[in-house]
Amino acid sequence: MIVEDVLCPFCGCLCDDIKVEVEDGRIVGVKRACRLGSSKFMGHERISGPMVRRDGELTETTYDEAYDRAAQILKAAKRPLLYGWCSTVCETAKKGILLAEEVGGVIDSTATVCHGPSIIGIEEKGLAGSTLGQVKNRADLIVFWGANPAEAHPRHTMRYSSNSTGMFTPEGRGGRKVVVVDVRRTRTAKNADKFILIRPGTDYEVISALRMIVKGKGDLIPDTVAGIPKSDLEEVAGMMLAAKFGAVLIGLGLTHSRGRYKNVDNALSLVADLNGFTKFVVLAMRGHYNVAGFGQVCAWETGYPMAVDLARGAPYFNPGETAACDLLARKEADAMMVVAADPASNFPRATVEAMAEIPVIQVDPFPNPTTFLADVVIPTAVCGIEAEGTAYRMDGLSLRMKKVVDSGLPTDEEVVENILDRVRRLADDN
Amino acid sequence: MVIILKAIMISGRTLGQGASLEAKTSPEFFKATSICALSESDYDDLGISGEANVLVRTEFGEVVVSARKDDGLPPGVIFIPMGPWANAVVGMDTGGCGTPLFKGTEAEVEGTKMRVKDIQELFADLLRRGGDRS
Amino acid sequence: MIIEGGIVYDPKNGVLGEEMDVSIEDGRVVEESRDGEKIDARGMLVLPGGVDAHAHIAGGKVNTGRIMRPEDGRRGTEPRTKLLRPSTGYTVPNCYAIGYRYARLGYTIAFEAATPILEARHTHEELEEIPIVDKGALTLFGNNWEVLECVRDGDLDKLAAFVAWGLRASRGYGVKVVNPGGGEAWGFGGNVKGIDDPVPSFNVTPREIIRYLMKANEALRLPHSVHLHTNNLGKPGNYETTLATLRAVEDIAASRDRQVLHVTHMQFSAYGGTGWKDFESKASEIADYFNKHDQFTMDMGQLIFGSATTMTADAPLEYANARLLKAKWSNHDIELEESSGVVPIVYGRKNPINAIQWAIGLELALLTEDPWQMIMTTDHPNGGPFVNYPEVIALLMSRPKREEELATLHELASKRSSLPTIEREMDWNEVAIVTRAGPAKILGLPEKGHLGVGADGDVSIYEIDPEKVDPSRDHKEVKAALARAKYTIKGGEVVVRDGEIVAVPQGRTYWVDASVPEDQAAKVEADLASKFAKYYSIQMSNYMVQDAYVTRPRVIKAGVI
Repeated sequence: MIVEDVLCPFCGCLCDDIKVEVEDGRIVGVKRACRLGSSKFMGHERISGPMVRRDGELTETTYDEAYDRAAQILKAAKRPLLYGWCSTVCETAKKGILLAEEVGGVIDSTATVCHGPSIIGIEEKGLAGSTLGQVKNRADLIVFWGANPAEAHPRHTMRYSSNSTGMFTPEGRGGRKVVVVDVRRTRTAKNADKFILIRPGTDYEVISALRMIVKGKGDLIPDTVAGIPKSDLEEVAGMMLAAKFGAVLIGLGLTHSRGRYKNVDNALSLVADLNGFTKFVVLAMRGHYNVAGFGQVCAWETGYPMAVDLARGAPYFNPGETAACDLLARKEADAMMVVAADPASNFPRATVEAMAEIPVIQVDPFPNPTTFLADVVIPTAVCGIEAEGTAYRMDGLSLRMKKVVDSGLPTDEEVVENILDRVRRLADDN
Repeated sequence: MVIILKAIMISGRTLGQGASLEAKTSPEFFKATSICALSESDYDDLGISGEANVLVRTEFGEVVVSARKDDGLPPGVIFIPMGPWANAVVGMDTGGCGTPLFKGTEAEVEGTKMRVKDIQELFADLLRRGGDRS
Repeated sequence: MIIEGGIVYDPKNGVLGEEMDVSIEDGRVVEESRDGEKIDARGMLVLPGGVDAHAHIAGGKVNTGRIMRPEDGRRGTEPRTKLLRPSTGYTVPNCYAIGYRYARLGYTIAFEAATPILEARHTHEELEEIPIVDKGALTLFGNNWEVLECVRDGDLDKLAAFVAWGLRASRGYGVKVVNPGGGEAWGFGGNVKGIDDPVPSFNVTPREIIRYLMKANEALRLPHSVHLHTNNLGKPGNYETTLATLRAVEDIAASRDRQVLHVTHMQFSAYGGTGWKDFESKASEIADYFNKHDQFTMDMGQLIFGSATTMTADAPLEYANARLLKAKWSNHDIELEESSGVVPIVYGRKNPINAIQWAIGLELALLTEDPWQMIMTTDHPNGGPFVNYPEVIALLMSRPKREEELATLHELASKRSSLPTIEREMDWNEVAIVTRAGPAKILGLPEKGHLGVGADGDVSIYEIDPEKVDPSRDHKEVKAALARAKYTIKGGEVVVRDGEIVAVPQGRTYWVDASVPEDQAAKVEADLASKFAKYYSIQMSNYMVQDAYVTRPRVIKAGVI
């Protein structure tokens, strides 16, 4: 049996045209997906069953005991941190926020180690964006800034950007210019009409110079900016001003390097400036397939998109204070629940050391270094393959993910709900 | 004499890292992620060849990874795919915005005969501290 | 349940301040209730539950407002309780705060005013999360490529079939048209300058788009009329565009007992002047026109001083706001369908433009003679947040309050508007019309906005005695009482007592399922299949809002067969 139009639960492209071949309840083939997506559909090693740590070793147990232990850990903690939520569906996030309220915890998503600075940039300047289809149908100039979709979002260029075709872009790549700005000549850069190699940590300067040129203050720019000849910058600014519809697609090159949210603030300002001359939009190249979705759910439920502290019962938001890495760095978190993420791999080593000193609950289909540190491990169905639910594409478009095969395992949502029920019962007992 | 290269370390995504992202205990993830890419000239300057390993050291830690040439990298910039090997040398400061500086750490690189730790070994010293609690 | 002895205003049923009982059973108003629950409303004002026909309460642009405005989130913080989720925000409250605050005001239903079909799933995710009140969403059609093509081809039957399809796809309640043609032009940074300015690439005019959509709306006999945000909204001199728009559709007849066109947040479309320097009110011209044309209705879009968040599908307007105010700016264009923008603003009493805008909203409401043609709104959160409705009602009821306010404003509010000369003070019956009976009639909700037998058991009770309080003099008491319902009853359940939430039921979501002939539906499907293959960034099979997102629907049937 072929299941059509399946959504891919890998990256923020959230491709929804995947064909999945199912035989005897197992996936035997995947068409149209990229290497990243195919790899996920075809499956990886799974956590074999629920486990709790006894005498230093993870030991198999029942789901009921795992839920009980998880609830006890969260209930006993004074400053629990509930982290992850991006490789799962929005329905899980909703339950997670409720759980965080119930235990007076801090809830944060993997956004804070990816495009969190982009969100802070948006708080400063707003985001002049669009859906990806708007880029596909109209853009005659694409600028990838610190983004490498050839490796991180392999179908982006074909479906939505450089190589896509649409109403006003029938020639596809042939009718477009592509500019790449990066600190190394990436695979994406190799496909560019113009590549600007910048030194790490100089994005802010380079964007500022472009803004000055765009606004007619180019004569104040020195001959080189961060090592780039002024003539190169003038050429790029000229391409931007000549475009009918330009799209700036920003990646972790801006958010992970010196300047962080200030880089994004400046990029958003450049796009706002450019709209005084022609049409421009800017989008963040979000990583996980539903990292955008957690931000949406968290915003409509708490008012804020990430790093929300619910210790006082009222949402309090101050990334830099209430983000996961901050709480761990200050050794403030005294228990951690990780849902659909792997902070042990993705946080700096010293931050992970703080994680190793506190009880950790893991809810995930897959084993990973967070499993090594966990005291309770609860395996779940893979969202988008074994469980349905809502996800938001990198441009904020909401889509419904399908269930293609049955795993017999509980969903992330069910697991969080079970833990929530037990936390409430513990509260009633006290 | 040991040749020490001063460089800026950045981390980032690769296809191989992404394809094995949810299979962290697999050989594919190890192969894709426990590496350090260097420009051809930096690689040659280190006096290493073939399947050599390098020791990458920053003020936050050090890690052994296997060296690769990458013609896309400019001299003075090294690249380690996102993952626990890269994060072994990234600092925890978030600059007041919640996000560590994953790209742009000053590093020293030298050839080494030391072995690359596998993922279990990388976390071995943390495991014991994870001990039994209830 | 019996609500005993209150002073009841139920304009639809001709009840004008009579002391009487209201009985509710199984969620509906009945002749006589047999169960024992009694609510003592003696000496209190009893009204049908409030009906908000136009507010931005759910969906992409509302959430964009939250995300870009953490400073607003901090303003409305209330911690969770055993019963309630936490509240945040003033102009862009979180979902829970929206439900709780409506209920505390005595409102029991609210409509989200602008949803693109492509992003309707998101709107419904948020509507599902808003507690207590019933709700619905108006669907945007005014810049949709399929609409523009049907208009260009003069194919009214296919257009009607598409409107029916779009309402079903979005689980939408009615046809919203925002700056028709302008949103498409904005795709390349342009706009349309009036109702006869052709839309780039499509060779149709806003006049044609509005006329065709109105005809399709009437062909489908939809419960609500077309709900229009005019071209040139927010610009000096735009009253001429507004009047030209109305004159252009005078020949179209309504298919049901209601208006044929609702022009929304009229305050933003009633401006004179050639620029900001000679900016002035043209509210009296607009009201005069309405007084002679009872087939049209409007809502105020009253401005409230202080913080607001402007958000609209009129993206070029938002860009202009951002440039003018040097404010942070979000824009979101939606492929093949719409554009939109969000810009924070602070309305100042001493700002001459804002002061005149404030006067215009009130002039419109007071100069339009028939209250059934007028709805009280603030275009939440564009003119200001809906929690300020009691302030607006107090202004409508009290000339002394208006004079007190005018004295604190920039003098041009008095010089460039007729407000100081307006003597009219609305009475409780008129207030009940512009906040309850009128919006229910205009939306086409026969079970809302009144207390006749069979109506939904939605009632608001305020601790104010209409027989003792003079709203003209005692406007502070009026405002205080309306801000904190003594009781709000939703579907026969007490949800607010003494201004506090005591129960959190989940409301229903209204949407309209309109039938069309199969051959027309097939033509639309074929068009759309081609659009999805070539232009949309998603598959057609993943487009329509699934039932999982509307868990408590109230489906209204309409259509041509």
